[in-house]
Amino acid sequence: MKWSPRIIFIVILMLGLGVVPLLADYFGEPFYTVMFSRMLILSIGAVSLNLILGFGGMVSFGHAVYLGIGSYMVGIGTMHAVEDGIEWMANGFLQIALAIVFSALAGLVIGAISLRTRGVYFIMITLAFSQMLYYVAVGNEKYGGDDGLSLYMRSDFNGLIDISNDNSLYYLNFVCLLLSLYLSHRLINSRFGMLIRGAKSNEQRMRAIGFPVFRYQLVAFVIAGTICGIAGVLSANQTEFVNPSVMHWTHSGELIIMTVLGGLGTLFGPVIGAVAFLFLEEFLSGITEYWQLFFGPMLVLVVIFARGGIDGMLVGLDQWWSRNSPVKNEEVD
Amino acid sequence: MNWTLLLEQTLNGFQFGILLFLLAAGLTLIFGIMDLINLAHGSLYMMGAYFAATFIKWTGSFLLGAILAIPACMAFGMIVEMIALRTLYTRNHLDQVLATFGLILFFNEFVRLIWGPIGLDIPLPEVLNGSVELFLGIRYPAFRLVIIAVGILVAFLLYLLVSRTKLGMLIRAGASNRKMVGALGVNINLLYTFVFGLGAALAGLAGLMAGPIMTVEIGMGEGILIITLVVIVIGGVGSIKGAFVAALLVGLIDTVGRSFLPDILGIFFSNDVADTAAPAISSMLIYLLMALILAFKPQGLFPPRGA
Amino acid sequence: MRLGILGTLSIGVLLVGQVALAETVKIGFVTTLTGGAGAIGNDMRDAVELALDHLGRKMGNSDVKMFYEDDTFKPAVGKQKTEKLVKKDKVHFVTGYIWSHVLMASRNSVVGKGPFMITSNAGPGPVAGKLCHEDFFSTSWQNDQTTMAMGEVLNQLGIKNLYIMAPNYAAGKGMVAGVSRTFKGNIVGKDMTKFPAQLDFSAELAKIRAAKPDAVFVFYPGKHGIQFFKQFSQAGLKGTIPLYSAFTVDSLSLPRLKDLAEGSLMTQFWAPDLDNAVNKRFVADYRKKTGRYPTFYAAQSYDTIMLINSAVTAVGGNMSNKDGMRTAMRKANFPSVRGPFKYGNNHFPIQNFYLRKVIKDAEGNYTTTIIKTVYTDHQDPYAKDCKMSW
Repeated sequence: MKWSPRIIFIVILMLGLGVVPLLADYFGEPFYTVMFSRMLILSIGAVSLNLILGFGGMVSFGHAVYLGIGSYMVGIGTMHAVEDGIEWMANGFLQIALAIVFSALAGLVIGAISLRTRGVYFIMITLAFSQMLYYVAVGNEKYGGDDGLSLYMRSDFNGLIDISNDNSLYYLNFVCLLLSLYLSHRLINSRFGMLIRGAKSNEQRMRAIGFPVFRYQLVAFVIAGTICGIAGVLSANQTEFVNPSVMHWTHSGELIIMTVLGGLGTLFGPVIGAVAFLFLEEFLSGITEYWQLFFGPMLVLVVIFARGGIDGMLVGLDQWWSRNSPVKNEEVD
Repeated sequence: MNWTLLLEQTLNGFQFGILLFLLAAGLTLIFGIMDLINLAHGSLYMMGAYFAATFIKWTGSFLLGAILAIPACMAFGMIVEMIALRTLYTRNHLDQVLATFGLILFFNEFVRLIWGPIGLDIPLPEVLNGSVELFLGIRYPAFRLVIIAVGILVAFLLYLLVSRTKLGMLIRAGASNRKMVGALGVNINLLYTFVFGLGAALAGLAGLMAGPIMTVEIGMGEGILIITLVVIVIGGVGSIKGAFVAALLVGLIDTVGRSFLPDILGIFFSNDVADTAAPAISSMLIYLLMALILAFKPQGLFPPRGA
Repeated sequence: MRLGILGTLSIGVLLVGQVALAETVKIGFVTTLTGGAGAIGNDMRDAVELALDHLGRKMGNSDVKMFYEDDTFKPAVGKQKTEKLVKKDKVHFVTGYIWSHVLMASRNSVVGKGPFMITSNAGPGPVAGKLCHEDFFSTSWQNDQTTMAMGEVLNQLGIKNLYIMAPNYAAGKGMVAGVSRTFKGNIVGKDMTKFPAQLDFSAELAKIRAAKPDAVFVFYPGKHGIQFFKQFSQAGLKGTIPLYSAFTVDSLSLPRLKDLAEGSLMTQFWAPDLDNAVNKRFVADYRKKTGRYPTFYAAQSYDTIMLINSAVTAVGGNMSNKDGMRTAMRKANFPSVRGPFKYGNNHFPIQNFYLRKVIKDAEGNYTTTIIKTVYTDHQDPYAKDCKMSW
């Protein structure tokens, strides 16, 4: 690996994320563990969205629906465990398994119908499905309806890891993020990934060569949804609260923003984007009540001028670096 | 079956549909001609309501304030187009969604900075503040009748504009083949700015009509924007006729669903379940409708492009 | 001067040879400051500041620091802000909470995690019953109580057929449950509308017209109440069907409703003209400070600060003495705007409920006046589910 500013930045970011709880405890500010925990979970969501949005060019405007599915698996499970004494329903492994099954199913149905449309129709139909599931949650009185469910315990992982402790949960989130990054890396560099990326740049050609593009895209759609469903399980444990707003279209929009802000179609872009987004939200809102007055135009400027997001800017920095320090490079070589 | 209730609910659905049409007409034009997904269209609706509330307070007259608000909103829209949106026409939909989402955040805070966080009232003049006796003993709020009347008038004027004028010819040509219009030597920039201003004026009109019913407040355009997007997608992007039909369809389904679903569900479930599930299911109906229509007609009901 | 400098020194700095400084009392206040409901949060904040002014901005010898947080009307945001207050700002009291669903979502982040939680408005059933907790107090009421009083009033008025409308969220359900508990007639129709999204009630108003009830009862807090009254009148129903409400007409909405609400009846535990010295001073000073009549939200927030003050002074500013503070608060030994009251075993007030009517005061402002007492020393129906006793 050749060291460049971009690589160094990403390495520092990932190492930094790895030591957040230690630093937070050292400075006596456990709140930051919670805040960064949220960043990790949304990073997983953004990484999964990036699979279809960044690499596959499928603009899903309903990706938060899987966060909701995962969250409700935890919410419903622990509710029955606490209120009806059905303890096995609080089992985290079971909840993850159910989240995978239901997210995959939802992804299959939504994808199978949506992928028949293109362009704005695809955006809108994915939005429609997520709104439908949103209203299913709103109308479901048994599981809290619009008010949502408060969790009175976190998922139980058979004593393997006790996530009632914020630091343990943080590291569970961190490991899940690393796994999703690894999976994503393997996928996009596989033959399957090449196909998905090929279909993004020229779908007709891929089809003409004889690839069943629809089937490949559907599989990618399902995989992305499933990963996001797992993020939902983590998210519910993090906030100890589940309500329909987690599936609301604005939340799907935020996932898109994170992904694009960080850099579409790059491995670490979504992580950078999620961290940057929540960081800005937290700190700009700490500085001024009117933080969106600055955040909004910033988003517009990023879209207009920084086409590759933050990661794209880092790539630009790399190029500038290698142009301006030829001597250095020779020395290193 | 209570027929007067059904009739009244139909009027209610019609009124909501008209409001949606005012929003959808502008959005579908902008979408069809400039190929721009403008999420900030809801912000123009909000600005229309705020302008109207302010002007009505200044002038002390509802009519005068309303008349001033529409050109103000049009000018505002044109300025926004020239500063921020013009560069987005050549970008993909994703970039447009993001940038206009950024604009929503900006406008919300902008309004909060200027008008405060609380929201405003649009007081109605005495004549419009009551109800009118229609046929069969149905009483209906006067202002809602005005909304319906204005909406139909605007729909008719738009029809004339689009089908009978040279400008309309360009708009139609733009919706079905953008490149060709440019090649014909039309000043595309001017056309785009004008169409955007027209859309903004229509959105502003919708905002000032909705203001007295639903309060003027920050973020008022966001919920209705999504429904408007549903409308133009059902109708077929770029088609004003499609927008009109789809808006009425969505308005009717939403209102009639809200009204009769509890009773229908009550037949099958216990009353408590029906009472709480019905509002959610009726909100879901329009999305279901869209998914169904797109599953069979992936381009909407009236796709304008000859594809 | 010297004291001032010392006071600003951060906590935890050990000053050898100095008398230990009283720790600053940190109070988090979660409310809604933006959007249509922002006016309510604003009103509560004004009342909190007035209470602090009345206390000379000190509780005993301790300085007070307020942390106002905006829940933006969303449970998830309220929960997040609460978490920040507890974990980052390390407050001693988490208070405020207009909305029952925001309170329910936030409760777990406070209760059992150290600070006391005091609701200044929301009173959902579970926190008064099964989920009652030694660290949880209310300076308002339990949701069902006010509408139970309304049910009694409707019985007395001889109403036989009632149509009910309320928003579909925790408090709305509680309010409907309350009125259904005591109302003896027929409920001919009930609509639970989406909250806060639905502001256009045309479809529901048409149903009311068709159902021809003797009376309509609504619970619509904040701007929704204003819209409902307006649309009710625009639909031509005002004057044909009597409209009763709870938490819908208040000092914030009255200046906007004006004659639309004149004569309107509601039940409540408090009113601006409640005759006691504390309330008279509160209302007069509040009007001087803001130019408005205080809302019940303001009254409850004022009491929240006074309750905390009684706890802090009882333990001499020793914020680690939680047991001492709890014992003090259970006595409800503070000047309350509702007059003296007692706490029930579930830490919810046992108090009177009055019937109020909208009138014009001498200066032409719209306000309310108490017509009669509906309940004396009323305890909420959930108290019996609370296992706590003291």
